[in-house]
Amino acid sequence: MNKDMMLGSEAVALGVKLSRPKVISAYPITPQTHIIEKLSEMVDGGELDASFIRVESELSAISAALGASQAGVRAFTATSSHGLALMHEILHWIAGSRLPVVLVNANRAIGSPWNIWTDQSDSMSQRDLGWMQVYCETAQEALDTVLQAFYVAEKVLLPIMVMIDGFILSHTLEEVIIPSQEQADKFLPPYKPEYFLDVDNPLSFGNAAKGDVFYHLREDMQCSMEASFGVIREAHNRFDEAFGRKYDFVEGYCLDDAEIVFVIAGALTGTIRVAVDKLRDLGIKAGLLKIRYFRPFPADIIKELLKTKEHVIVLNRSVSFGSAGQLTQEVKNALYYEPNKPNIYDYILSLGGKDVFVEDIVNLAKDVGNLKTSKMLWRE
Amino acid sequence: MDFREVTNIEYMNQGDFACPGCGAGLSMRHALKVLGDKTLIVMPASCWSIISGVFPTAALQVPLMHVPFATAAAVASGVKNAFRKKGQEDVNVVCWAGDGGTFDIGLQALSGAAERKEDIIYVCYDNEAYMNTGIQRSSATPPGAWTTTTPTGNPLIYEKKDMFNIVVSHNPAYVATATIAYPDDFYQKFEKAKNAKGFRFIHLLSACPPGWRIDSKDSVKTMRLAVESGVFVLMEKEQGKPTKVTYKPDRFVPIKEYLLSQGRYKHLDKDTINKLQIMINEHLASLGLL
Repeated sequence: MNKDMMLGSEAVALGVKLSRPKVISAYPITPQTHIIEKLSEMVDGGELDASFIRVESELSAISAALGASQAGVRAFTATSSHGLALMHEILHWIAGSRLPVVLVNANRAIGSPWNIWTDQSDSMSQRDLGWMQVYCETAQEALDTVLQAFYVAEKVLLPIMVMIDGFILSHTLEEVIIPSQEQADKFLPPYKPEYFLDVDNPLSFGNAAKGDVFYHLREDMQCSMEASFGVIREAHNRFDEAFGRKYDFVEGYCLDDAEIVFVIAGALTGTIRVAVDKLRDLGIKAGLLKIRYFRPFPADIIKELLKTKEHVIVLNRSVSFGSAGQLTQEVKNALYYEPNKPNIYDYILSLGGKDVFVEDIVNLAKDVGNLKTSKMLWRE
Repeated sequence: MDFREVTNIEYMNQGDFACPGCGAGLSMRHALKVLGDKTLIVMPASCWSIISGVFPTAALQVPLMHVPFATAAAVASGVKNAFRKKGQEDVNVVCWAGDGGTFDIGLQALSGAAERKEDIIYVCYDNEAYMNTGIQRSSATPPGAWTTTTPTGNPLIYEKKDMFNIVVSHNPAYVATATIAYPDDFYQKFEKAKNAKGFRFIHLLSACPPGWRIDSKDSVKTMRLAVESGVFVLMEKEQGKPTKVTYKPDRFVPIKEYLLSQGRYKHLDKDTINKLQIMINEHLASLGLL
């Protein structure tokens, strides 16, 4: 088995290379830059047979990906933070066009004030577009998820955003098992769209549509999101067969007998795992539920896993100001009809890269009796 | 190429949504006759987003991709690169944008694509305001012109943006101005653009009867007067060659005739018209035409 040490960004680039995209368009932004530097090297060095378009903004990066995907080839882009925000209009258009573009977002705070460090405000602000969203914990997961993303997007005909935490995943060395191109090709067949720009079969894409048509196109997007659960499950099974690594919509850790459960998405999960171990050493029945897929949101799965728990502390790294953390909203939504639902705490853990220590999490669980469910909780 | 050599094949269906006398509809019909069926159109928000038909109708017989306002040149870059990777390099990838989508909101993407020497043809049909939203000023609106956001006239200090030279400064393969009121010149320029490789840009003056406050039947006549008065100069620049004026009237018609034929200028007093004439004369002199 071929293994190497690499940055999370490099693992993403490797996953992209193994997916054989034909067009990559990108604009640099910290902390995404390593991804596109690596991909540029691969393209210039002849390792990856793709066009790399060095555009003049993120708006153009996502627009070029839109054009390439509509032309019928596999298209990829990567960004962060303000770059993702600048893409917003086209992210809508790509979802509405039902194009399977894959985008990797290195999660970073959005200003003002300037802040280059990680939180999930950038991608959470894009949750309602019709893009699927996956949050990764490790470099291996990032590589594997990129391959899965193309498979799922091309079957569901909706785009996917794959999230890696800026710096704590993008810029951190981890050991990664490197799949062979043969394995990857076996898992991910060539992209063969049914409808695309073709001078021999001239079609119009995106023509004005009145309400009665438009409404049902949107309903169809929701139907596809619902149907995507089956496709994602199939992708995970096929991935396990091809590579021997198991993935799911969510991942539990010490969950079965847990009384206090932390819910988290992204690379900070690693810190929470250590905290759970420490709490177990202290005799406190803690566990964690890592959310991988945020869109589609696996509410039924989460409901089954959490409905008998006593305390659920949702660790958000983003806020919907005036409401709650976005992750909390979803967890509450999933448990709404349960008669004996747990106490659900809306905790805002880390924004703009504010450090999180294992002790913070341990103390949070120890102090659970004093936490309030009625208000948003912020750290001292 | 002249009108006798232009194909009788129509690539535009009857029953499009253009207003009677629309210069943009006429321009598309004739441009496609030169570009042919190995052409696809990338279209940002503009009058043409509507002219092309509401689902399930379609006005064009070539592939068409509608895209958000600011993105035409970037989307076309992605399309062209994909076609190259598919081994279909011979397809003409054409952006068909209005003046708002070119002079204003789409300028950054246009500059990026021109600088990267993307192998696309960018056509701007310039009707000199945001006509689709109901005649609001753009940076292509001429000084003095009435629009709904310049109700007393576009300030004279707002000189119309010089798109020709802005694009020329990127040193692209081909840049031209044209109008369908001079069809032979129009055909020749589209043919040159089609045969060149790299970034190509054609700026079309395109009359808008409702926006210019003219009768539909006077659309071509008004575009013709724009050229005869020197308001719009027909020219081109091939890479490596100097800018060339492709048509020069024997004698320029006074600008007054052009302006007063249109309702959008009817508020102008004699003094303002004189000032505008001086501005036009200076421009023509700078091109060596006066």
